[in-house]
Amino acid sequence: MAKHIVAAVAEIPPGGRKIVTVRGREIGVFNIDGTFHALINRCPHQGAVLCEGAIVSRLEAPMPGEYRLTRPGTMIRCPWHCWEFDIATGQSWCEPDDVKARSYSVSVEPGEALAKGPFKAETVAVSVEQDYVVVDV
Amino acid sequence: MNVALRDPRIERPAQQHLGFVDCDVHPFFRTPADFDPFLSARWREHRQTIGNRSRVGLARTSMYPRMSPGNGMRGDSWPKTGGPPGSDLAMMREQLLDLFDVKAGLLAPLVGGAAAERNVEFGAAMAVAVNEWQCAAFCDPEPRLKASVQITLEHEESAIAEIEARAGDRRFCQVNIPPRGIEPLGRHRYRKILAACAAAGFPISLHLGGTSGHASTGGGWPSFYHEEHPSYVQSMETLVISLVCEGVFEEVPDLKVVMVEGGFAWLPSLAWRLDKHWKRLKAEAPQLKKAPSEYIREHFWVTTQPMEEPERPEDMLKTIEWIGPDRIMFSTDYPHWDQDDPRYAFKVRLPDDWARLIYRENAMALYRLD
Ligand code: FES
Repeated sequence: MAKHIVAAVAEIPPGGRKIVTVRGREIGVFNIDGTFHALINRCPHQGAVLCEGAIVSRLEAPMPGEYRLTRPGTMIRCPWHCWEFDIATGQSWCEPDDVKARSYSVSVEPGEALAKGPFKAETVAVSVEQDYVVVDV
Repeated sequence: MNVALRDPRIERPAQQHLGFVDCDVHPFFRTPADFDPFLSARWREHRQTIGNRSRVGLARTSMYPRMSPGNGMRGDSWPKTGGPPGSDLAMMREQLLDLFDVKAGLLAPLVGGAAAERNVEFGAAMAVAVNEWQCAAFCDPEPRLKASVQITLEHEESAIAEIEARAGDRRFCQVNIPPRGIEPLGRHRYRKILAACAAAGFPISLHLGGTSGHASTGGGWPSFYHEEHPSYVQSMETLVISLVCEGVFEEVPDLKVVMVEGGFAWLPSLAWRLDKHWKRLKAEAPQLKKAPSEYIREHFWVTTQPMEEPERPEDMLKTIEWIGPDRIMFSTDYPHWDQDDPRYAFKVRLPDDWARLIYRENAMALYRLD
């Protein structure tokens, strides 16, 4: 595992996402209300580009006809068969016990600290004035 | 904690799939004007100024709009060049034909509105135009793709003429008949068309979806697409029952029927039910010379997608065994949202000889693809 600088914080606004390639792996980096999360861009069901799906809320119905739109903007819906996953944990909403999308831990680091290393910045140029999104892969 | 489970399903594909034959691929037009070069001036103007008058009742959408944009398209299949999924041959090659080294792809063009057109003469003209368009846009530039003859079931004369015109043209492999007709397909009024298909050497392909205007279930219109999707099974059962019980196979013994996009696990129990009643109700349908299950085994093929997924995956093997591994053919349904990836569609490992039949050899033999 190594820490990889994947984006400047300003590049991924709340509700936004960026797909990056780290060590040959495509990873989707998401900003939910200022907190960053990262998931592998490969659906555990049949392998679709999961992180390119729609970002949706969780819809619950305690009783038929009673609806609650909860946790807005925290789920990703696969572009193939519509399985939904929790962006923060990779937990599947369809098969929570068996299936999980691989998630990675993410942190935000100031450019100043990053300039000292030992971080890897494959495609991102780091300046000391900005904060950066760092993924552990 | 971010502990990642490794899902065995995508790490260990269940099957050897490369070089398979895909029995359900959907081509799409870039714009409806793509059909114009293949319409006479009379019908071109009709299309442009009047357009389709469908039995369905809704324009520009289906009865059950899907969850995914584009009325149920796989989210990553929108061509970068613009146009809808299925309209870009280069992308179809990249996502399907080349990716899996597909040996042949059977086209199911659910476009043009010929099947549900109320103006049956316009429907007939659109059927011919769609047939020409399939060849010009897909099968001529990409010979791995095989066309299906479109017809208008409610205009017998033009339907038979089109079937006969395509007989012997190796770009066409089958005749596409809308499975939800105005009446069940075994009724007498459709018999000559079915006979023409058999005489031309074409299997008929019954691809589920769409509607003739009747409710999609025997009990009326359901509320959700989630209900509509399993109603495909009812429609498939209606087709099997009608074709068998009306004695179609006694009259057209060479007719071969391929059921597309209805799954297949329902077929054994339907046959058991039909056989049971055949013994009791013989006097009502004396045209049946043998048990319904025998007609089914002789005349029907099924394609896989959307395959049932039993709780105990190995139960699938018993189902396949009953239907016969020689009667099941793999299909993806690309580029629709519920399409199957050939690597992961079966949740159980098939014996190698079954896999060869299902992924390739059955379709090669039925459609004479060599
Ligand atoms: S591949 Fe993601 S839901 Fe099927």
